[in-house]
Amino acid sequence: MARITLDKLAHSYLAKPKTDADFALKEIDHVWEDGGAYALLGPSGCGKTTLLNIISGLLVPSLGTIRFDDRDVTRLAPEQRNIAQVFQFPVIYDTMTVAENLAFPLANRGVARDEIKKRVGEALAMLGLAGKANRKARGLTADEKQKISLGRGLVRYDVNAILFDEPLTVIDPHMKWQLRTQLKALHRRFGHTMIYVTHDQTEALTFADKVVVMYEGEVVQIGTPEELFDQPAHTFVGYFIGSPGMNVLPCEVAGDRVRFGGREIALNRGYPALAGRTEIGIRPEFVRLASPGEGLPIVISRVEDIGRFKIVRARLDGHSFDAVLPEGAEVPEGATAVVDPARINIYQDSHLVRGQGRGEA
Amino acid sequence: MEKTLNNKAWFMVLPVLFIVALNAIVPLMTVVNYSVQETFGNNVFFFEGTRWFSEVLASGRFHASLQRQLLLTATILVIEIPLGVAIALTMPRRGFWASVCLVLMALPLLIPWNVVGAMWNIYALPDIGLLGYGLNWLGFDYDYTQQPTAAWFTVVLMDVWHWTSLVVLLAYAGLRSIDDNYYRAAQIDGASRWAVFRYIQLPKMKHVLTIAILLRFMDSFMIYTEPFVLTGGGPGNATTVLSIDLVKAALGEFNLGIAAAMSIIYFLMTLLVCWLFYTIVMQGEKE
Repeated sequence: MARITLDKLAHSYLAKPKTDADFALKEIDHVWEDGGAYALLGPSGCGKTTLLNIISGLLVPSLGTIRFDDRDVTRLAPEQRNIAQVFQFPVIYDTMTVAENLAFPLANRGVARDEIKKRVGEALAMLGLAGKANRKARGLTADEKQKISLGRGLVRYDVNAILFDEPLTVIDPHMKWQLRTQLKALHRRFGHTMIYVTHDQTEALTFADKVVVMYEGEVVQIGTPEELFDQPAHTFVGYFIGSPGMNVLPCEVAGDRVRFGGREIALNRGYPALAGRTEIGIRPEFVRLASPGEGLPIVISRVEDIGRFKIVRARLDGHSFDAVLPEGAEVPEGATAVVDPARINIYQDSHLVRGQGRGEA
Repeated sequence: MEKTLNNKAWFMVLPVLFIVALNAIVPLMTVVNYSVQETFGNNVFFFEGTRWFSEVLASGRFHASLQRQLLLTATILVIEIPLGVAIALTMPRRGFWASVCLVLMALPLLIPWNVVGAMWNIYALPDIGLLGYGLNWLGFDYDYTQQPTAAWFTVVLMDVWHWTSLVVLLAYAGLRSIDDNYYRAAQIDGASRWAVFRYIQLPKMKHVLTIAILLRFMDSFMIYTEPFVLTGGGPGNATTVLSIDLVKAALGEFNLGIAAAMSIIYFLMTLLVCWLFYTIVMQGEKE
């Protein structure tokens, strides 16, 4: 196990990248602490798989270095890095039995026969595959196959990290939850560093202690699920995390007052003069509907009742503006919207600006 | 899934049955007809029962050509299958050169059998052919028109040249269907080159290789044109394989009864091997 340090890492698939846009992965500095459970979250094509492949050694980065503890592994091949990786589609060795599949990485490394037997037995028990040890791996279900992929990492006690590349893509929904829980339990028990790539926020938020959100080849925020929810560092994070995403509207900020949607609202903190494009971000969860005249004038286009709560899709000053109402709450006739000033985030050119003053947590 | 059973559906097969009857079963029946009768012309036939079959099965000549046939087929399979796989493994997986390799590989397959025979006939001639002359120049005593071994060597070499490509293309298709992640996972698992071949590439090529072996078996078992044009079955009877022997009996000696019986035995052997092969493969699938 090891701490993984990314030092000014960047990657381009082009031979001679010129502009910033040529980079699939823009410069990133980050330390993955030993034993952490991380999720790399972002939409397709944001560079998260590229980053994962650089960590595993399948790709050599164009710039920068990657260190496991203090050892520079930038140019080492995957087998020399001692990592395990679970891919999007289960990779199993068709002709081998389940037990042989798990023994394969050990046999390749010349581990003694008795030791292999012991470790494979343990891994089988952990994954709940003991009853199928001597079955051909080919006939198993997708989730069992994916467990085998994971098991090939688990049998190697000393792996520096286990990497997951959207491992639940082909798993049935009801099995996803179970596998994720099992994964979490394995992490608690063995403390492997785990890095989990996904574009599914639920997967990321339930699995990880820390979520790394990527957008267009850039890491836009690293934080706990709460931080991502309460204080998205980038409007993209606000939009991507949460369902529905954060409401983002253009605004003007003057000191501790913000003006948007034709109204001015007092904030509990002050801001310096902001240049560039300023926007307000407010989560639909912190928007309350009120009777006419009380709040911001909105035009409700539809209400989606999804059981536990209602999503109100509305427009405010021509921008989409959603609100989440608790179960059973009624939508008043000619409703207006009231926002919680403490929950308002201010963005300058899409990046969060932290205000100063009262109530700043 | 529940299958719908409706026996009336069999009537839908009738048109196909009719066409197959016209182009396969009816001609085959004439052969069956000849195989149990004797004729002295004028459409006068005498029933002979199983006489021709017993004669063929007891004949040393038939045994000899069958042995030559089996030896040729076995040699061809032993060389072409591993060679084809080896070439497919060395071909680039994608890009410009992959296309170039594919076109080069496909070229021999586009040449008609008799042209291949004629080409090699001239190419291997010891006095004017590049191959024959070259071998002699290098100090080998090589003359396929006189030496049985040289004739065999040339027939096998010609077939390898003509048909290895087919195995290559099939094996290559099998290799291409392997997802990159398999190679990545194997790399992470520390697999050697041999282990990658043994546990990833070979299992994934199993289906196409089965087809390749079956096709190469049938083709080589029924090979006629190429060795006929190249050696005419000679020198002596050295390269007289089953089909050449059959044509000699039927058209050279006009032994229609013997030839018909031989045809049927020949046909049954091919059918038997294909059936065995199919059954074994299907059995393997079920496991």
